[in-house]
Amino acid sequence: MLLDIQNLKTYFHTFEGIAKAVDDVSFSLEQGEIIGIAGESGCGKSVTAQSVLRLIPEPPGKIVGGKIIFDGQDLVARSTSQVRSICGKRISMIFQEPMTSLNPVYTIGRQIAEMFSLHQKAGAQEGWDRTVDMLRKVQIPAPEKRAKEYPHQLSGGMRQRAMIAMALACNPEILIADEPTTALDVTVQAEIIDLMLRLKKDFQTAIVLITHDLGVIAEITTRVVVMYAGKIVEQADTVSIFENPRHPYTQGLLRSIPRLGQRARHGARHLQEIQGMVPSLTDLPAGCSFFPRCPEAMSVCQFNLPDLIETDPGHTARCWLYGDHEQEACERG
Amino acid sequence: MGEPLLAVRDMKVHFPIRKGLFAQTVGYVYAVDGISFSLEKGETLGIVGESGCGKTTAGMATLRLIDPTAGSVVFNGEDITGFNRSRLRSMRREMQLIFQDPYSSLNPRMTVNQILEHPLKIHERFSSRQRKERIAYLLDKVGLSAEQGRRYPHEFSGGQRQRIGIARALSLNPSVIIGDEPVSALDVSIQAQIINLLISLQEEFDLSYIIIAHDLAMVEFLCDHIAVMYLGKIVEFASYERLYLNPLHPYTQALLSAIPVPEPRHTKQRIFLGGDVPSPMHPPGGCHFHPRCPLAGEECRRLEPSPKTIESGHVVVCHRYQ
Repeated sequence: MLLDIQNLKTYFHTFEGIAKAVDDVSFSLEQGEIIGIAGESGCGKSVTAQSVLRLIPEPPGKIVGGKIIFDGQDLVARSTSQVRSICGKRISMIFQEPMTSLNPVYTIGRQIAEMFSLHQKAGAQEGWDRTVDMLRKVQIPAPEKRAKEYPHQLSGGMRQRAMIAMALACNPEILIADEPTTALDVTVQAEIIDLMLRLKKDFQTAIVLITHDLGVIAEITTRVVVMYAGKIVEQADTVSIFENPRHPYTQGLLRSIPRLGQRARHGARHLQEIQGMVPSLTDLPAGCSFFPRCPEAMSVCQFNLPDLIETDPGHTARCWLYGDHEQEACERG
Repeated sequence: MGEPLLAVRDMKVHFPIRKGLFAQTVGYVYAVDGISFSLEKGETLGIVGESGCGKTTAGMATLRLIDPTAGSVVFNGEDITGFNRSRLRSMRREMQLIFQDPYSSLNPRMTVNQILEHPLKIHERFSSRQRKERIAYLLDKVGLSAEQGRRYPHEFSGGQRQRIGIARALSLNPSVIIGDEPVSALDVSIQAQIINLLISLQEEFDLSYIIIAHDLAMVEFLCDHIAVMYLGKIVEFASYERLYLNPLHPYTQALLSAIPVPEPRHTKQRIFLGGDVPSPMHPPGGCHFHPRCPLAGEECRRLEPSPKTIESGHVVVCHRYQ
């Protein structure tokens, strides 16, 4: 097991109270695996990833519990600088908006070469050669020329490729991609997806893909974690999530997306929607967070938070539909 | 079929690029370069394309929020391109806009009631009691309570703000609403709510929509006819069925194949375009799409293709169908 996150809790202290952005999240990542974290804005998917690399602004944020085991060490117990030196070149991250995550006053090549000089003590010429080589690997045409250009001279897709080149420069074991294709056009998105799949194959990099786009999740991941209001609500392999979703939230989410050809082929004219809206993280319902919106809500759901229950082998859902709720509710009082 | 409600003919919007001390015009951005479309009453037209293809500019120019460089916009039998300010103002009552970003399109210092009252004050001679009734009616129509009208925009979620934007667009009883990426800033579960709301409002008020978007799956769901734009031009125009079942232009085919399908077992042949959209300052000669087109031939480099009607209502601009 490459990365093992156990009961991670990251809270933010705000004026409205404590926002439990990540609450008791556990999952693990194997080598060469692509895991998807799906959910809507504010569900805690980005904060989970940022917690691993200690990118949470502190204060207001704080990791208040849990373990992040990487290479036998618990990252939560280490200081920020220790985390940086452990992860530095072994876990890297790419962000949604490539323009704001590249430095506009340096050339692309210089920014990538910095990776080699910083992490691998490469000399100037060697660093440059490897930079050009890296740009070629992410399929940037005329890499020698492009390396000398500034971020504003590149298109959005090209910038995201440069970001990926930078992230993969030191051959990391884990790549965390936070909405890597959301800001891109569909045709460019298709190319970036293809690139990530190829890189996984060539470099055996494990990828954590964070996105709200279920289409992208279906295309490249092998396992999916669905989050809602800071908690994991369902976890399974990708095929089971899409073909046999168990949690009413996952089911609703899958039904609510317009699918290409749905109308042309089946004449559908109304989408099934999930009623209501995501609750505020500082004012969560007492029981299941999805209770106010859930079409299958039962009385037990209102005041009792369900555990992640195994519904099928390797498939867990946080829902009372699959638990012995009468007994459990009695035990909890 | 009589006169269409709205007809755009050969519309062009060219933005001059000015440089130097005396701001000389050194070139043009050919944002919209000769597009034509029409909209029937109660119908929805979708304009899709990737960023920079000119779809938003086309929408703005239709409303005359940007003045088109050439071409005509005929609305209700009148060419509005020559309208002066006061005539434009009364015309705009009939054509309203919904914006992409529900966060920046509402004035943060006004309550929802004030936001909705604003257009009524400007355009209609309503008494204050009639205005109040109208606002309560509008809020109800978009699924908000009258009590929520006293709140400020920051107290609402993204989906609710978009509902406010829709209520504002509806306030003057328009016949056409232009939605510029109306759901793309919203969460997945909220998108469905807004799409359903738009559809039911259309059925109730016999509205015509122009939906400008990049999400083909959403557009296919919402729109009766779809225009696919590339680099300032419409490359294909068809009904939603034909566009999905039988896309003809290589660009449309590539666009459709690029959309990730939320079915993990689904495998499909993907058409990779390679390269980037060329700059609209220097569009390539011949067919604008030829540098990225997998099927481009000699003719495509030299000659600009002309629109060809394949079947009634299905037009494609490509040399392969000439």
